[in-house]
Amino acid sequence: MTSARSALTALARSTALAGLALLGLAAGLAMLAAVLLTFAVGLVIVFPPAVRLARVVTRLQRRLAARWSGIPVDEPYRPEPPPPVPQRDGWYRDGRTLYKRPTIPAFNLRWHWMTKDPATWRDFAYLLAAPLTSGLVAAAPLLATAYGVVRLVAGDPVGAVWILLALIVVRWYAPWAVRLHGRVAAALLGPTEKARLAQRVSRLDAARTEAVDSQAAELRRIERDLHDGAQARLVAIGMTIGAAEQLLESDPQAARALLGKAREASATALQEIRRLVRGIHPPVLAERGLGDAVRALALDSPLRTHVTVDLPERASAPLESAAYFAVSELLANAARHGDATEAWVDVSTQGPALRVTVTDDGHGGADPEQGTGLRGIERRLGAFDGVLAVNSPAGGPTTAVIELPRAFRVRPAPTTPWRYFGRLCWGLWPIALFPQGLVAMVLKLVGSPVKSWFLGLHVPEPFQWPVIVGMIALGGGLLAVALATTARTREAEGGACG
Amino acid sequence: MRVVLAEDLHLLREGLVALLRAHGFEVVAAVESGPELLAALVGERPDVAVVDVRLPPTFTDEGLQAALAARRRMPGLPVLVLSQHVEQLYARELLADGSGGVGYLLKDRVFNGEQFVDAVRRVAAGGTAMDPEVIARLLASNARNEPLGRLTPREREVLELMAEGRSNAAIGQRLFLSDSAVGKHTASIFTKLGLAPSDDDNRRVLAVLAFLNSK
Repeated sequence: MTSARSALTALARSTALAGLALLGLAAGLAMLAAVLLTFAVGLVIVFPPAVRLARVVTRLQRRLAARWSGIPVDEPYRPEPPPPVPQRDGWYRDGRTLYKRPTIPAFNLRWHWMTKDPATWRDFAYLLAAPLTSGLVAAAPLLATAYGVVRLVAGDPVGAVWILLALIVVRWYAPWAVRLHGRVAAALLGPTEKARLAQRVSRLDAARTEAVDSQAAELRRIERDLHDGAQARLVAIGMTIGAAEQLLESDPQAARALLGKAREASATALQEIRRLVRGIHPPVLAERGLGDAVRALALDSPLRTHVTVDLPERASAPLESAAYFAVSELLANAARHGDATEAWVDVSTQGPALRVTVTDDGHGGADPEQGTGLRGIERRLGAFDGVLAVNSPAGGPTTAVIELPRAFRVRPAPTTPWRYFGRLCWGLWPIALFPQGLVAMVLKLVGSPVKSWFLGLHVPEPFQWPVIVGMIALGGGLLAVALATTARTREAEGGACG
Repeated sequence: MRVVLAEDLHLLREGLVALLRAHGFEVVAAVESGPELLAALVGERPDVAVVDVRLPPTFTDEGLQAALAARRRMPGLPVLVLSQHVEQLYARELLADGSGGVGYLLKDRVFNGEQFVDAVRRVAAGGTAMDPEVIARLLASNARNEPLGRLTPREREVLELMAEGRSNAAIGQRLFLSDSAVGKHTASIFTKLGLAPSDDDNRRVLAVLAFLNSK
């Protein structure tokens, strides 16, 4: 029943996609007209609306790809330029020209933004190409049915076979067609590797600036604390001991009292340094790693805190430290603002990423935009490309998830011999699969006398079929190995930069 | 009384040796790394060990691990752990086997030689010596929780001092109570924490353990 329903859903979706492909074709043709008008006639004014129309249609396709095929497709566009800012004298500058009003500079900015962005042209290509590829594929069952109906009306009973075939096949076919649409959309509508890298570089750039700033502020705070605290106390201790030294002969009683004071002052200095160290790099973290450090945090928290830890190894020290302070801040927030009494901390891995989930039973309503504490966590995590997601509906509960990518080693990259082997597989699989396998099979089936260089046809009769089938299997196997090696290489290298 | 001492800072080690010798202890081994410590504990079987948490070669919690390993082999081996910082987590690990003879103090406590030596003696005798800092942090984080919530403020004070390792007489002196009043409070604490009547020393350890485990 459910499979019938899912087949029906898939059919409805593929039909919708076919219709959407037509809409896309219309938008693509509109854009084609706009491009011709712009670059042949010079009617630049029609270009931006056409691009906007194309973006509306492709945005819909992206959303459907994500929702129906589960293939997330990110928006590839460059950020929209800010509106032009007038100079001090009230004029707008654009290159070497001054304008009284912002209309033309704004248009120029938009124009460059759209024409220089490869995503615009990829959208264009998609809109023209998609109806022919995924659109046609999606519409195939409908077309087959329509063809069958036409034939039936024309009095040809073969039409019924077409309709029946479409009805039987659609169950497996429709979900596949929807997935194909998702893949095509991901390939053409997603950001290119270059765009992704550009986005990443600008994000990292911002994160680095923030990290450097907050680190400098932190160092200033530590310097001030040492200067006003422990350092000042050590000076006082030195002076007190000096005074005691002077009094040692004349007034041993007073000297003893002074020495007692010096001892007390040294204990206070130690306490201050201890507090400072806790804020810089907590000793438990250095001694035991993140898991036990979070357990120690839980013990010191006024909340009843349950901790589960599942880590294969220790992450790097700076990363552990960032995660630790994030958890510390989240627990403190829960106790301070959320009125929580109980909290759950889960520290685990998600592939090579470190993921920490902190949940509390407080009254919720935490907002990263408002709280400086949450902003601080984001900044700290940002330096490691990490993210914080907070879900805190009014009335609670609050769940905060921290994710630090690439905290742990990914599977090792294939060694060089393996890579060469992978390339060899790439070269050999078509030879095994096509001429030696499939072509030989066809020749054998039709009983052709041609033997050419097909091994399967030269061996004695009882071995001909096994050799042919073996060749097909070998080709498939080589292709699988080639694909797997390439995927592993990509994964390992992508781990460093993608 | 025979003592094994583990401390990696030369000055502090010499100071501790001098302090312990001055109070009539026999320092049978003064070592400076984790493996040496474990060997000394197993080889010498001292009456009490004084151990720094952070020791070479890894400078993490080698001392604590060596002490725990030695206690697993020789249950009840009295160990006094010294550290620059105290953690409830470590205190629990030390107390977890419930056999007593455990101390956990900040290094600052050696400033007061008398008190420190007193703590070493209490630990050697099978009692506990928890740093007031551990107890303060425990109380700060546990104000609302069961079963500690059921203790009266006075009983809490008594329990705190018990955790530090004080005897009934010392507690009475500190809180200006008569011995019998302290006895009544401790009995009430044992009942509230659900500790069956048994050897008093053991129950004191268990009470401290319950105190630390109250989350």
